[in-house]
Amino acid sequence: MSLFNLFIDAVFVENLALAFFLGICTFLAVSKRVETAVGLGVAMVLVQAITVPVNNLIFTYLLREGAWAWAGMPEVDLQFLGLITYVGVIAAMVQILEMTLDRFFPALHRALGVFLPLITVNCAVLGGSLFMVEREYSFSESVVYGVGSGTGWAIAIAALAGIRERLKYSNIPDGLQGLGIAFIVVGLMSIGFLAFTGIQLG
Amino acid sequence: MSDQQPRNEARRVLLDPLIDNNPITLQILGICSALAVTTKVSTALVMSLSVIVVLAASCAAISLIRHHLPRGIRIIVQVTIIASFVIVVDLVLQAFLYEISKQLSVFVSLIVTNCIVLGRTEGFATKNPVGLSVLDGIGNGLGYSLILIAVGAIRELFGSGSLLGTEVLPLTGEGGWFTPVGIMLLPPSAFFIIGLMIWAIRSWKTVQVEVREFSIRTSEERR
Repeated sequence: MSLFNLFIDAVFVENLALAFFLGICTFLAVSKRVETAVGLGVAMVLVQAITVPVNNLIFTYLLREGAWAWAGMPEVDLQFLGLITYVGVIAAMVQILEMTLDRFFPALHRALGVFLPLITVNCAVLGGSLFMVEREYSFSESVVYGVGSGTGWAIAIAALAGIRERLKYSNIPDGLQGLGIAFIVVGLMSIGFLAFTGIQLG
Repeated sequence: MSDQQPRNEARRVLLDPLIDNNPITLQILGICSALAVTTKVSTALVMSLSVIVVLAASCAAISLIRHHLPRGIRIIVQVTIIASFVIVVDLVLQAFLYEISKQLSVFVSLIVTNCIVLGRTEGFATKNPVGLSVLDGIGNGLGYSLILIAVGAIRELFGSGSLLGTEVLPLTGEGGWFTPVGIMLLPPSAFFIIGLMIWAIRSWKTVQVEVREFSIRTSEERR
């Protein structure tokens, strides 16, 4: 599959939020206002673009079966440590990203605010890394997949926030108010994104 | 009489999360994994069991060390403990239920970031004794399982006409009368089913209804 196809796939067809239900907790909790949703979306793209390739490198050179062959230990297979490693890498990367932004781009750091640390516990980030391992992406593919899946998630949350801002003024049955109607809206968006299935470019 | 008090407390902690304080429909926790694994009852069952085991074990472990846990690093310690239990569960599934573990793919590993687990360990187990924490873990796990298995049953029954793999509604393709509802096997249906479930639960337990930000007045009221 070409890299461009992979990107389109990650953004639309295999949208992390709408097709794999990843990061839905944050997706529903932080989508009441468009500005905060866009802020979280941008943070998500940044974090995905960094953590997926980094985890790819760690997997290829440290964890994979035979990765320690250069040290004379070809039979070492550390894959069972994968999960703890990815979680650690994500937490560390988010922390580093936060400090870097604080030092060099204070305006962006202020805008992202509390969302950066929140992303550590977002299952979409961990999910991205796990899918990368499961589908055996190469390094360049993992870069594209990281950026693409982050972008897809950002588009989805911005769109949902737009819809929910309008929903405030509609007459919704009592029981559906808030969370209930949000689920139905996400379901409808998910149907919309299904229309992208099978798109192949180039 | 003195015996009655703790027993009531334990019972409340165990049963409250089932409907009154359900992690999925009220606390908005752990929805991520709840939806992806519910196309079949069998995967939903295995997923629920894994979550209950991880939840009970990590609540117990964290409650045991709660007095020795420095505040500053408690989150990272909790995540590490949870991740260890998840790895154990994942390896056990791969060893004994390989087919189902393939279908669950990354979602067992994603229990680590399932907000239910961290939410309960952080919110309850760090402040309460071991026994109660385990009950709280099991209770929340059961509340989660209830929704998961219900959604799984609806999707499997209407999507492929069977329950746990046994045919219930004979399909037209095999000479029966039931035309399977294709959308039930696709992601959107899970959202609709949970949305409608929330509606049903909140119509029954009206305390859970969220307050409107704006009220719409009819033309009569406006006059």
